Amino acid sequence: MDLIIDGFSQASDLIFNLDGEVMGVTLLSLFVSGTATLISVFFGVGIGTVIALTDFPGRRLIVSLINTGMGLPPVVVGLIVSIMLWRSGPLGFLDILYTPAALIIAQAIIATPIVMGISLAALQHLPKNLRWQILALGATRWQLIWLLMREARLSLLAAIMAGFGGVISEVGASIMVGGNIKGYTRVLTTATVMETSKGNFDHAIALSIILMILVFTVNAVFTWVQQRERSR
Amino acid sequence: MGAAAREVKVNPILQVSDLKVRRGNKEVVDVPVFSLDEGEIVSLIGPNGAGKSSFLLALASLIPFSGTLTFRGETIPSHRSTFYRRLITFVFQEPLLLNASVYYNVAIGLKLRGLKTKEINERVNETMEKFGIAHLADRNVRKLSGGEAQRVNLARAFAINPKIIFLDEPFSSLDPPTRDGLRDDLRHILKETGTAAIVATHDREDGLILSDRMAVMNEGRIIQIGPALEVMNRPSDEFIASFVGIETIIPGKVSACSEGIITVVTEEGAIIYAMGQWSVGEKVLCCIRPENVTIIADGKQERTSARNLLAGTIVELAERGFMSHVTINCGFPIKSYVSTPSAREMSLSVGKSVLVSFKATAVHVIKPA
Repeated sequence: MDLIIDGFSQASDLIFNLDGEVMGVTLLSLFVSGTATLISVFFGVGIGTVIALTDFPGRRLIVSLINTGMGLPPVVVGLIVSIMLWRSGPLGFLDILYTPAALIIAQAIIATPIVMGISLAALQHLPKNLRWQILALGATRWQLIWLLMREARLSLLAAIMAGFGGVISEVGASIMVGGNIKGYTRVLTTATVMETSKGNFDHAIALSIILMILVFTVNAVFTWVQQRERSR
Repeated sequence: MGAAAREVKVNPILQVSDLKVRRGNKEVVDVPVFSLDEGEIVSLIGPNGAGKSSFLLALASLIPFSGTLTFRGETIPSHRSTFYRRLITFVFQEPLLLNASVYYNVAIGLKLRGLKTKEINERVNETMEKFGIAHLADRNVRKLSGGEAQRVNLARAFAINPKIIFLDEPFSSLDPPTRDGLRDDLRHILKETGTAAIVATHDREDGLILSDRMAVMNEGRIIQIGPALEVMNRPSDEFIASFVGIETIIPGKVSACSEGIITVVTEEGAIIYAMGQWSVGEKVLCCIRPENVTIIADGKQERTSARNLLAGTIVELAERGFMSHVTINCGFPIKSYVSTPSAREMSLSVGKSVLVSFKATAVHVIKPA
């Protein structure tokens, strides 16, 4: 019991005294996962929209692949990205393994199918005739896409939240491609794993609390926007 | 079919020749000739699956079609011509409003056309006023009743000042009083603005009240087109007759014809007088609308060649609100609509012997299929 109480009291010290190392890890986590989410929104929403709005042979297969991708195990992504970026791998010349860039790539790969799958489903669930209705009001193709995305905006926000939630709390791929290098690629999750294994529960608890606050804050902002839209 | 011959229009806004729509391997629309005049309202009636919606979608350039479609003489490409779609609009059965305020929805067509805010504002306010929804301007469309939502839908369509408006079953999801009010307003606004319209409906009454001409569609083809009352009273075949609400169709043979009055002997031996020119011995069908059949419960009325009089027994009596639907067996069933108070006054009941009367002019004679 003392272990837990001590852990919490030291954790609050670390948080309230803005411990340099803890803050660095937190900011890097935000930067890496935020950038990865942005990339996943670009590709996920973009490709999801195209797939939702077009008919082509093999579409069903693509949709089921995307849905499978939503449950892609992070360690598998970590493995693939590691192999690709390994010095002798196909993209080894980039020399970015064990850098924040590698973290961003791995996390973007994890988040993209999540964002894509939810965006695709959201746009597909719009009424069938809505597309014709918008066109019949005089929309060009781009105006049509913009209005459909606007119409599905609440679900698209949910897609972004799910994407961010998926990567900020991910640990397997981050350790594999980032290497948990202190002050460089150490993020909240990898740091928590390491501190726990060393028995430094105060640090581990502090990092976990920050992680939870972060996830809660980001989601609270999105939820606030979403619910405000809903009630308008 | 007479449809082609009637389609010589003076001032057409829209003309169609050999228009065909395919869905998969099936041809769902095949209309050789059709045209719509400036400011004209045509109703398109027919059973579900007749191809009405597909025909409208093709006319609005929303789905691919083959054949020629011209707007004021200009040929419109088969599918998705933005230029043409900005001259027309489409109103679906469900309102399909965007999740935003009423104002935003009414303004959207104008915004898509890149109009200036001031002009949008003026046009939107004017249109909302016209449709009686100005007080709802700031309300989110999700908080509207069915009738209000359909009013917003129509206002959105009219705000862009379309040259043609296509309406696909616009009232079928509304309750009767809302529907009647909106239908009257629609007809009034269409006529006031001089907007040409095609309204697909499975409701004959909508067709009759709204339109100048009525087209009956079945299996992708227009099988009769003409003034609405004429189609209702003078259907060209048995299918149309039953679809436009002619509930009594009696087979018989022409036994005499003089001075435009023919005598038809039914298979049961009864005699019916009707108007028309038919050859003696020809097999025909006599179509009689229930509204034109009078029931005489007692007393006598003399039979003349201008008025048919048959004796029969009531076999079915159903009170449907203000009107009662009565079926009389005169050797063959004849349907009559009587006002419920009259039915009660005459003490009509199943088994009662009555006389039925209808004018020779109320009998529409057609050839059997």
